[in-house]
Amino acid sequence: MYFNVLGEKVSRARYREMIAAAKTRRELIAAGLTSRRDLLKMGLLTAGGMLVAKSGLSARAYGQTLTPTPPSGGSNDLCVPSQQAASPPTRAFIEPLPIMPSASSVPTLNPFPTLSPNTAAGESRTRDHQLFNRFIQGAKFYNVTQHAIFVSQSPDLPTQAIWGFDDGVHATSPGPTYVNHYGVPILVRNNNALPPVNQNGGFGIPSVTTHLHNGHTPSESDGFPCDFFEIGHFYDQQYPNVLAGFNSDHQPNGDINESMSTLWYHDHRVDFTSQNTYKGLLGFFLLFNQFDTGDETTGFHLPGFVQGFDIPLAFADKVYDPTNGQLAFDLFNLDGILGDKFLVNGKIQPFFKVQPRRYRFRLLDTGPSRFYEFFLTDLNNLGATNQFFVIANDGNLLPVPVQVTSVRIGVAERVEVVIDFSNFAGKSIYLENRLNQINGQGPVIGQECNLPEILAAGQGNLLLRFDVSSKKVKDGSADPTTQTFYSLPDATATPRIIRTFKFDRLNGQWSINGQFMDCNDIRVHIQPNSVEHWILSNGTGNWTHPIHIHEEEHQILTRNRVPPSLPIERSRKDVTQLRPNERVELFFRFRDWTGRYPLHCHNVIHEDHAMMLRWEIDPNGGDNTLVP
Amino acid sequence: MHNITRRRLLGLMGMAPLAGGILGANGVDATGAANTLADSRAAGGTNMLAESRAARERIHKRYFPDVMLRTQDDKQVRFYDDLVKDKIVTINFFYANCEGICPLVTSNLVKVQKLLGERVGRDIFMYSISLKPEDDTPAVLKDYEKMHEIGPGWKLLTGKPGDIELLRKSLGFTFPNKVIDQDKSQHIGNVRYGNEPLMLWAACPGMAHAKWIAESISWVIRS
Repeated sequence: MYFNVLGEKVSRARYREMIAAAKTRRELIAAGLTSRRDLLKMGLLTAGGMLVAKSGLSARAYGQTLTPTPPSGGSNDLCVPSQQAASPPTRAFIEPLPIMPSASSVPTLNPFPTLSPNTAAGESRTRDHQLFNRFIQGAKFYNVTQHAIFVSQSPDLPTQAIWGFDDGVHATSPGPTYVNHYGVPILVRNNNALPPVNQNGGFGIPSVTTHLHNGHTPSESDGFPCDFFEIGHFYDQQYPNVLAGFNSDHQPNGDINESMSTLWYHDHRVDFTSQNTYKGLLGFFLLFNQFDTGDETTGFHLPGFVQGFDIPLAFADKVYDPTNGQLAFDLFNLDGILGDKFLVNGKIQPFFKVQPRRYRFRLLDTGPSRFYEFFLTDLNNLGATNQFFVIANDGNLLPVPVQVTSVRIGVAERVEVVIDFSNFAGKSIYLENRLNQINGQGPVIGQECNLPEILAAGQGNLLLRFDVSSKKVKDGSADPTTQTFYSLPDATATPRIIRTFKFDRLNGQWSINGQFMDCNDIRVHIQPNSVEHWILSNGTGNWTHPIHIHEEEHQILTRNRVPPSLPIERSRKDVTQLRPNERVELFFRFRDWTGRYPLHCHNVIHEDHAMMLRWEIDPNGGDNTLVP
Repeated sequence: MHNITRRRLLGLMGMAPLAGGILGANGVDATGAANTLADSRAAGGTNMLAESRAARERIHKRYFPDVMLRTQDDKQVRFYDDLVKDKIVTINFFYANCEGICPLVTSNLVKVQKLLGERVGRDIFMYSISLKPEDDTPAVLKDYEKMHEIGPGWKLLTGKPGDIELLRKSLGFTFPNKVIDQDKSQHIGNVRYGNEPLMLWAACPGMAHAKWIAESISWVIRS
């Protein structure tokens, strides 16, 4: 279905005309590309003077610039563009990249946190903290409130009433960045002061549970989807910031090779995660240690956080209502939502002034459903291949940096890169998503659709512009080609059990092994500190599902029975892309904590429609269910 | 349930960091952040209630065509004005002679109806819309109601085929694959649940456990 600015349904042909007219005119003007020379330079104008039909500078996703006439006659669902409204035009690269403030801690909390839930004071936790006394010693405290915030995401759009996190000093979305070191436990009091539901602006439920994504976190603090709490209540979440193995095979301090660097937090409210995260409830959570110190003069000498050369980047694609410019959410979508506006740290297509030296960027795909493949694009030299280093996968430093020309991530995945801007002094260079995705199912498959999988340089989504200063500066960080980080933990132990999880769709209902999410249904009981292999299999044909498992990281043993070929996939992971018709085998060692956790698809539309299950680490458990 | 008072909550929010604050510790000019404290807490003229009223109207226009339907009791009803507006509802699609998932989903929803008790028909309304309106006349639907022991407050709906198709597409009960989308035996088995005035909408599988469906519906019942 296609809509005009009045929300009326229009034909596809008419829709394409509307888009074409708006795009070529407004966006080129907006980008300041008005001269014939500029247009030629960007490949937007043919020698004959015709404007080239291409994905615009803010590159929309809805297929309006594609001409999909798949040889299969369009019956292959992967090749059919999704049908959504287009946002009003916005200018690109006229506002600076926001940097989220570091979260402010508080000296103490009142009432002081308790082992058991303080229900009398309004706490909604249902279970005791597992190692409360150990990790309250020397703990840092945060007192954070979720409430409505009022932001400008583009100068061409009205103020948006969204939801954010407030640490008492900053109220932002993405929320303040937690910055901590291993060995210093923290306790976050999460307060729900969201507006009443009749002020939700059309989507979102003021009922929340905040998950620390990739945290090796006790169940009661994990932000389990069913641990949601309501307006006026709070929930104390204890994050021990301790290495996996501390309470099992690497006592007492855990395994240094399990160190994590880039975690993030987001709302995980069962059935409403997509709406609540789209509305702003997410942020970064960084951990440093004695090697990854955050200071480029010590440890691994990575571009320094304290020096301002280590920048988290949260990517999101969104749609704005064409009638009033307000953020809009497609409530009744079952497949996956694509936006036509690309935000970085809460701004549509910002620019970032950098120095000609190395930077560390932490790239996060916040969803709801899009996959990205990041390239560095020089619009004045589209033929150039611009390399950079991938240093971490899902916030886990790799054994060694890997030099690449692009890197692909799905929803909730993180990748850390080191970009050296010294070759671009005095120039502007773009971070561009060149992955071709036209609907919620995942990236297109070229052979199936007769479409390019990777768009040509400059034809994708220009996300962020780096303006590199020409003034030479000192670079205190190490050359990535000389660096080594952690070793991969051993993954050769014999599993106690090998379980299979088939991700499927039954009459439109997203399922795992033919069953659906139910908070009360415990599908797997895992023996504490045991090794298991989990086989994820894709029963949905052409769909790609980013599968996330809480509590413990995993390693990919095989994809379709073959060990992963990409060096960056030989890493610790917490989200694994399950691509069309794939079978992936994962190694797990479930350690240190007990209790409930989920396994789910992180295309949050699928997750909210029951492609999730509850499993437990249970001292009395250890079931032998091969197909839970 | 123990509510903390608004005053206490504000007290908590206002607790200033006396130590340990690391604002700007990453060396980046904090003023570079566009969402600063000052402008992100201030409404700047934004009236959330008014905007939400407008959003409700947009949801109505986009998703709820006001087509004329006919119930199992042969009464004419308008989909938006009579069935959805100001109500808590469940919506699913089915057809009477469906031998696939429909009997499963219907018997499941009968259990849900019993679990919700007398609220069904009072403040919760259940709707099942026929995908074969040509076959499913009000009389056929009446038989279906009796056969499945469907209680009051649950309407089985038929109408003009074009209207039903518009409704199906508007409500998102569609597959991207056009072949599957037209194969009625594979139709979407989800149950949408929502609270129209509060703009709370979600969906769960019609084949999920009945208790779980009932629990899910309870989330959108908010006083």
